[in-house]
Amino acid sequence: MEKSEQHERDLNFAGTELRLGLPGIDDLKKQVQPSANKSNKRSLPDMNENCTSELTGNTSTPQKKGHPAPKAQVVGWPPIRSFRKNCLAKKNEAENSGVYVKVSMDGAPYLRKIDLNIYKGYKELVKALEDMFKFSVGGFSEREGYNGSEYVPTYEDKDGDWMLVGDVPWDMFISSCKKLRIMKGSEARGMGCVV
Amino acid sequence: MAYSFPVEVLEHIFSFIDSDNDRNAVSLVCKSWYEIERWCRRKIFIGNCYAVTPRIMIRRFPELRSVSLKGKPHFADFNLVPEGWGGYVDPWVLAMGRAYPFLEELRLKRMVVSDEALEMVSKSFKNFKVLVLSSCEGFTTDGLASIAANCRNLRELDLRESDVEDLGGNWLSCFPESCTSLVSLNISCLGSDWSLQSLSALERLVGRSPNLRRLRLNRAVPLDKLANLLRRAPQLVELGTGTFSSELRPDVFSNLSGAFSGCKELKALSGFWDAVPSHLPAVYTICSGLTSLNLSDANIQSSDLVKLISECQNLQRLWVFDYIEDSGLEALAESCKNLQELRVFPSDPYAMEPNVTLTEQGLVAVSEGCPKLESVLYFCRQFTNNALFTIAKNRPNLTRFRLCIIEPRTPDYITLEPLDAGFGAIVQNCKELRRLSLSGLLTDRVFEHIGTHAKKLEMLSIAFAGDSDLGLYHVLSGCKSLRKLEIRDCPFGDKALLANAAKLETMRSLWMSSCLVSFEACKLLGQKMPRLNVEVIDERGPPDSRPESYPVEKLYIYRSVAGPRLDMPAFVWTMDEELALRLS
Repeated sequence: MEKSEQHERDLNFAGTELRLGLPGIDDLKKQVQPSANKSNKRSLPDMNENCTSELTGNTSTPQKKGHPAPKAQVVGWPPIRSFRKNCLAKKNEAENSGVYVKVSMDGAPYLRKIDLNIYKGYKELVKALEDMFKFSVGGFSEREGYNGSEYVPTYEDKDGDWMLVGDVPWDMFISSCKKLRIMKGSEARGMGCVV
Repeated sequence: MAYSFPVEVLEHIFSFIDSDNDRNAVSLVCKSWYEIERWCRRKIFIGNCYAVTPRIMIRRFPELRSVSLKGKPHFADFNLVPEGWGGYVDPWVLAMGRAYPFLEELRLKRMVVSDEALEMVSKSFKNFKVLVLSSCEGFTTDGLASIAANCRNLRELDLRESDVEDLGGNWLSCFPESCTSLVSLNISCLGSDWSLQSLSALERLVGRSPNLRRLRLNRAVPLDKLANLLRRAPQLVELGTGTFSSELRPDVFSNLSGAFSGCKELKALSGFWDAVPSHLPAVYTICSGLTSLNLSDANIQSSDLVKLISECQNLQRLWVFDYIEDSGLEALAESCKNLQELRVFPSDPYAMEPNVTLTEQGLVAVSEGCPKLESVLYFCRQFTNNALFTIAKNRPNLTRFRLCIIEPRTPDYITLEPLDAGFGAIVQNCKELRRLSLSGLLTDRVFEHIGTHAKKLEMLSIAFAGDSDLGLYHVLSGCKSLRKLEIRDCPFGDKALLANAAKLETMRSLWMSSCLVSFEACKLLGQKMPRLNVEVIDERGPPDSRPESYPVEKLYIYRSVAGPRLDMPAFVWTMDEELALRLS
């Protein structure tokens, strides 16, 4: 179409625009051309697996037994404020919408936010935290908590109490966890942690 | 000049000039007017807290009484801005504490506010009157306790939609018995668990505030307490109820109904958490006076909604869930001829299948029946170009049009075509359109329409749309009045951005996430445009650890006279000359 040709020429008008590369080169060198038009998929190879800043259309989310797979969610879409989501029909809460909690780690400069719903259980969650913050927890036992760990995952529950991650059933944990804190092992003494 | 007015006369004249734009115009007339104006300006609005520094503000305007600041970009509302990005108010409070001992009003939006900042506010400004924290976070009820305890002349405390950590305690009781100045109290964002002490503190506070006009309660306030509160404040103009359900006892109902009928000035109602339909008639007596009704926290179904709404003939603003359905909207179009603003929110946005019958028909009906309709926010699952044509034809007076078709890239469900033509009709007919949000299947054509026609458009939100850089190019080169542009998941890249670099200095900000702007282009832009802060936000690690042609995750560009900010977290980089040299 004529009009778009005209626009193309305007785009290449070298006089006033900023361009990459030496003058006289018409195209931007090494421009990436992913086929991002029809799908949400990004074609970058090095995306962090645990990165929760975007879910692609092909990611499978954990399914509760007996329910059809919920639509894989795109972060921030549809554009609704979180406080609105929280008062939706209660039956939908934990199943479809994200349960976002902040995660802090003693000594780390900034917090992260994760969606608890994407993990099937404690094992996955702890592994994800270990990857995100680069630490390891060793083994968990009911009696002794996280034995031999420099860091211990804890969470604040609905009553405002700080609890050790792993004590209550997973479903109860998801519905009562308000935020996570990865505590230094030395501080966690008295929570059943032998360090 | 010998024949000009004395300074005092000019000051007096300027004191009648309130609007920011007019004040700015006055300050540009000549040097002496600039000087006089800056000494007598009392109110300032800073749309981006990083566009300027506290020091610059204080240096130019030494006598401010009212400061409004906005922090994070709008898409932070939808979790697109990572935690820790910025927007801290503390440095501002610190500076203002020293420079403006007579500050009276502070209005913040999307900022991070600490308890320390709140304490400083409460102690630095002896005549502090108004605190509005809109969508803010970072503070707890301890911070609120400082405000309550120390601000002796507090008129407004409005926490709308903020994220407040509830540490228990009883901060409401920190308002001294001598505090009787409250005009507006909005605590609707606070939690749902409250002690009896908090409730009685609230009752006493309301009881001793004869000027209280606006009261928005939180969910924790039970229905049987509402009547007491209303009887203590029959002069209320705006009310947000607490939870609107309880055991249905006739005495509770008649008590409540009586209390409502005593509030003859009520114009706005909200709240209604957990509303039970049988309780709704309690408000019928005041419905005819209502101009604003916010039912977006209430799971009420269509027929009950219709009954309520048909009592509200003078309604100007309605916020509601899609439970209202097309039939309810048709009834709305019949009853409420003064309607100006409609917002319909999705009750179940993540369901695969629609749970309610809310389609394009509902909005078309309202556009036909409500001649004053100018502001629309509408979530639904299907739309057609024809419906958009009709809406555009019916309502050329639209100023805000935000349509969200829930599934990205949904075409016209009848013709399966993109919705380019439909939105094109909107921008062509609605010549006063200032805000537009697009959705559905859209090609570059829609942006051509927007660039050609949307000359008064100030804010544009785009998601999952367009085919190429041409789309962005049309918008940046055509929309003369554009101030805020936010884009996510669109194939827009370097060319259009660089070709329109100068345009960016005429706007407040540009947000682009999950697009195709390369790190290389960001660097170039940052280097060449010193009055822009080009922030690359990337949680995958430093952008120079990947090839330069790779798209950045998120990009936030804003004009600034403050230079690059110094409080960036590890995942934000400002592109400027220095950085470019370091990284090359």
